[in-house]
Amino acid sequence: MGGSVPVRRGARLSALACMAVVAGSALGQQPVPQPGAAAAGVEGGRVVGRATDTVLERRTTEIARGLRCPVCQGESIQDSPAELAVEMRGLVREQLAAGRSAEEINQYFVARYGEWILLSPKPVGFNLFAYIVPVVALIAGSLVVGLSVRRWTRGAPTSPGPSEDA
Amino acid sequence: MNWRRAFLAALSAVPVILLLAWGLTRDPREIVSPLPGRPAPDFALTVFAPGEPPLARPLGDTLALARLRGSVVVLNFWASWCLACRDEHRDLSAAAMAYAGQPVQFVGVLYNDIESAGSDWIREMGGQVYPSVTDPGARTAIAFGLYGVPETFVIDQSGRVAYKHTGPIPEALIRRKVDSLLIANRGAAD
Repeated sequence: MGGSVPVRRGARLSALACMAVVAGSALGQQPVPQPGAAAAGVEGGRVVGRATDTVLERRTTEIARGLRCPVCQGESIQDSPAELAVEMRGLVREQLAAGRSAEEINQYFVARYGEWILLSPKPVGFNLFAYIVPVVALIAGSLVVGLSVRRWTRGAPTSPGPSEDA
Repeated sequence: MNWRRAFLAALSAVPVILLLAWGLTRDPREIVSPLPGRPAPDFALTVFAPGEPPLARPLGDTLALARLRGSVVVLNFWASWCLACRDEHRDLSAAAMAYAGQPVQFVGVLYNDIESAGSDWIREMGGQVYPSVTDPGARTAIAFGLYGVPETFVIDQSGRVAYKHTGPIPEALIRRKVDSLLIANRGAAD
């Protein structure tokens, strides 16, 4: 592992953020209804069953958005139509229904695929670079721009002044 | 023009360019598996292709990892739609035959495929000497952190993942891995 990882992950993170914004606005933040879930909701006792189903679907979507699809390029298992991604979403739903927490489910996938499976790396150790570098770069860049602008404007009134008068 | 400053500015971009250039040399699909050295995820899967004597298992029989303790298990994930699986097919069958009568179990796991397509493929390839099982819902594939086929896992006598191979596996490599586990076990028993 090395230096390029945070860069690549960072790029994917921002790409994902863009995609999430687009998807969010298109769907109005509604989880995509699953045909199986609707059937289970009716079976599982009217309104209550339907309500828990919606919650289950929303939590599944939340977790699936953070897990990388192993057979795709930089796509989450929520966004991918690949067979393996569909099965992984099913597994997330199953584990949620069995009472596991989001943390436990993420850990299940990390233990099998490595931290690679998480679309946003955990902010510990070397991964911190991915979080700190953009902020440091932004501050450094602003400083450079600020100082340059100050220097340019300080020199400005003396030289162009007379030429404008002429 | 201040050449010294221009040079320093250009110099500061060099590390970034080098970092990006190094990134281009890496395969983003190459993922280090956390499984080797850890206990293999348990499975109990149904045989859909029995294999050939003396390695055959009855159709519909369950192959469970828990019941294979004491044997080296070579678990190969494959599919009829997978082209690279054709390259390794002969190697796997030859290696499996070479260990007939020894505590070594080869298992094929059909990934993301239908049984009939798997059986047709085996027939087309001229048979598969060891049994293959189905993996409903790809649960075992996910448990093994699979991200493509073919992938092969060598599991030691105590049920620990000893080795993971991505892509077609050559016979010589299978034999080297299996031999080392058999020898280590014999050494431990003595």
